Amino acid sequence: MSNVLVLIETAPDGSVGASAAMLLGAASRLGTPVAVLAAAPGSAAALAESLGSLGAERVYLAETDSVSSLLLTPQVAALAAAFTALEPSAILVANSIDGREAGARLAVRVGAGLLVDAVDVRAEADRIVASHSVFGGSYTVESTVEGGPVVITVRQGAMDGRAEAKVAVVESITLDIDATGSTVIESMRPLPAASDRPDLRGAATVVSGGRGLQSKEKFVLVEQLADALGAAVGASRAAVDAGYVPQTSQVGQTGVTVSPQLYIALGISGAIQHRAGMQTAKTIVAINTDADAPIFEIADFGIVGDVFTVVPQLIDAIGKRSGTS
Amino acid sequence: MKIVVLVKQVPDTWGARRLNLDTGWLDRGGSEAVIDEIDERALEAALAYQDSNDAEVVALTMGPDSAKDMLRKSLAMGADSAVHILDSRLAGADLAWTARVIAAALTKLGYDLVIAGNESTDGRGGVLPALVAEHLGVPLASYLDSVAITADSIAGERSTELGTMSVRAPLPAVISVTERTAEARFPNFKGILRAKKKPVTVWSLDDLGADAAASPVRSVVLATSERPA
Ligand SMILES: Cc1cc2nc3c(=O)[nH]c(=O)nc-3n(C[C@H](O)[C@H](O)[C@H](O)COP(=O)(O)OP(=O)(O)OC[C@H]3O[C@@H](n4cnc5c(N)ncnc54)[C@H](O)[C@@H]3O)c2cc1C
Ligand SMILES: Cc1cc2nc3c(=O)[nH]c(=O)nc-3n(C[C@H](O)[C@H](O)[C@H](O)COP(=O)(O)OP(=O)(O)OC[C@H]3O[C@@H](n4cnc5c(N)ncnc54)[C@H](O)[C@@H]3O)c2cc1C
Repeated sequence: MSNVLVLIETAPDGSVGASAAMLLGAASRLGTPVAVLAAAPGSAAALAESLGSLGAERVYLAETDSVSSLLLTPQVAALAAAFTALEPSAILVANSIDGREAGARLAVRVGAGLLVDAVDVRAEADRIVASHSVFGGSYTVESTVEGGPVVITVRQGAMDGRAEAKVAVVESITLDIDATGSTVIESMRPLPAASDRPDLRGAATVVSGGRGLQSKEKFVLVEQLADALGAAVGASRAAVDAGYVPQTSQVGQTGVTVSPQLYIALGISGAIQHRAGMQTAKTIVAINTDADAPIFEIADFGIVGDVFTVVPQLIDAIGKRSGTS
Repeated sequence: MKIVVLVKQVPDTWGARRLNLDTGWLDRGGSEAVIDEIDERALEAALAYQDSNDAEVVALTMGPDSAKDMLRKSLAMGADSAVHILDSRLAGADLAWTARVIAAALTKLGYDLVIAGNESTDGRGGVLPALVAEHLGVPLASYLDSVAITADSIAGERSTELGTMSVRAPLPAVISVTERTAEARFPNFKGILRAKKKPVTVWSLDDLGADAAASPVRSVVLATSERPA
């Protein structure tokens, strides 16, 4: 079976990024999964071994001091070295900001084709086919690359399959990096520790708030309802622009696409760009003071009312049902 | 300083966007074509620098004939000139080819700084700036939430799923901007009048030479289906 490279993203504290398990699972369906990791010398040997538990048969560990000072150049160099050594049929990266860029730069460097934002991948006779969900799930497109290896960016949270645990064979190399032509990272502030809330992508329930929440302080109401339901927190672009929540919470055309069992929209008008990110939710509930708000056109249940009156009652009722208040 | 802004014509996000079920390509008749909002922000970053510095701003697009309207708008906003890569052979070009063509055009045109949107609202690849930077062999500072341009460098804040970083690159470089950067200015009446006299250069593939030829490795759409309403 041919090798399939997976770029492992690591957090500033050195831990393995959330996409690794999904990517290694996807790679195991296409060939022999090889985890590729760029890390500071001596920092990642234990990590490399643990990647076997996520399904990596081999780990290609590329060590360089510049991993925290040069933007993605070490990751691209690691992938390129692994590419030359292992002649893979495919390279999988997360469709994250960093994953996409490392994947794109590698594709040019080694002359591979590029398929972006895949929600599924499969091997078919002599080719690899990716499925894409386009325009907020309105279309499904299947694509492949002809004439050479392929770099595929896989949408985070899109694939459930996981690979069997392996005892990974670790191979380390030292990267010699030329810093010219590279962007320099001058400082890095990690995100505040992740909350206990589920990740927006892939969450079964999402509670989103819009401009109707009026302020950052009052947006807490959205979080309270989310916590009562064990849900992830989302937002409209207007709420993000107003600074109520970070951009990573934005649902929609230029934000995250979600497809939960239940989506609750609080104080969101339902602009077409917002709907493009949530219209495939199984059940949509909207609470809005304006009975003519477009969100009601796609809502399964709608409440015309003030979120500051309705939501506290809702939280109360949920609490009583689950016997926690 | 010569700043080239990459602008793409996209279907208006306020309308229904459609794919052609036979080719998997964008159905360009499906909705009104506009300059992508994110590329207006990219142009704004260039114009804001030009407001108080000596700079030439060029809008560059690869797109069908109708893209010339969008170039006019870029000129009305304040770009000095525009380049339109127009060639019927490019219909349905994939990301790899698009990047080769744009990189070849940039090399021919000359540049100190290339500014793009982080991600288009139709293809949503979010990779074109990276592909172009790699072809050109210059630094890429992407997904910038803020942009500080100096005579010989570019700096900004970049947020990923893992945190926020401050980055810097020497020029020449390619950067891309996010929705967090400033909203674009509106063209005023004077701008619209002036735009009519500004030069728009049209290049075909033949003008760009061998570097712009399709690569032997290409992505192919196998099937397109629509979700039942
Ligand atoms: C290129 C482009 C890309 C975009 N991408 C996105 C995207 O990814 N995601 C996105 O969300 N938007 C996106 N937008 C923006 C989109 O067009 C809307 O502007 C945005 O979704 C509006 O957010 P909102 O519904 O929170 O605000 P508004 O439209 O201002 O709606 C606020 C709503 O709250 C209601 N309300 C007010 N007070 C209360 C109350 N006390 N109780 C209950 N209801 C109340 C109001 O009736 C109103 O319906 C994009 C726009 C463009 C042009
Ligand atoms: C729904 C859909 C899915 C697609 N999937 C794939 C795929 O998986 N693989 C593939 O190879 N192709 C794909 N394509 C084709 C691809 O979108 C085009 O090649 C397109 O020209 C560039 O991709 P993008 O818009 O995604 O670019 P992005 O990388 O999202 O664009 C970022 C920025 O680059 C600049 N830019 C992009 N295109 C142009 C242009 N033509 N002229 C000037 N500046 C530009 C703009 O500044 C833009 O903001 C897809 C197209 C569509 C409509």
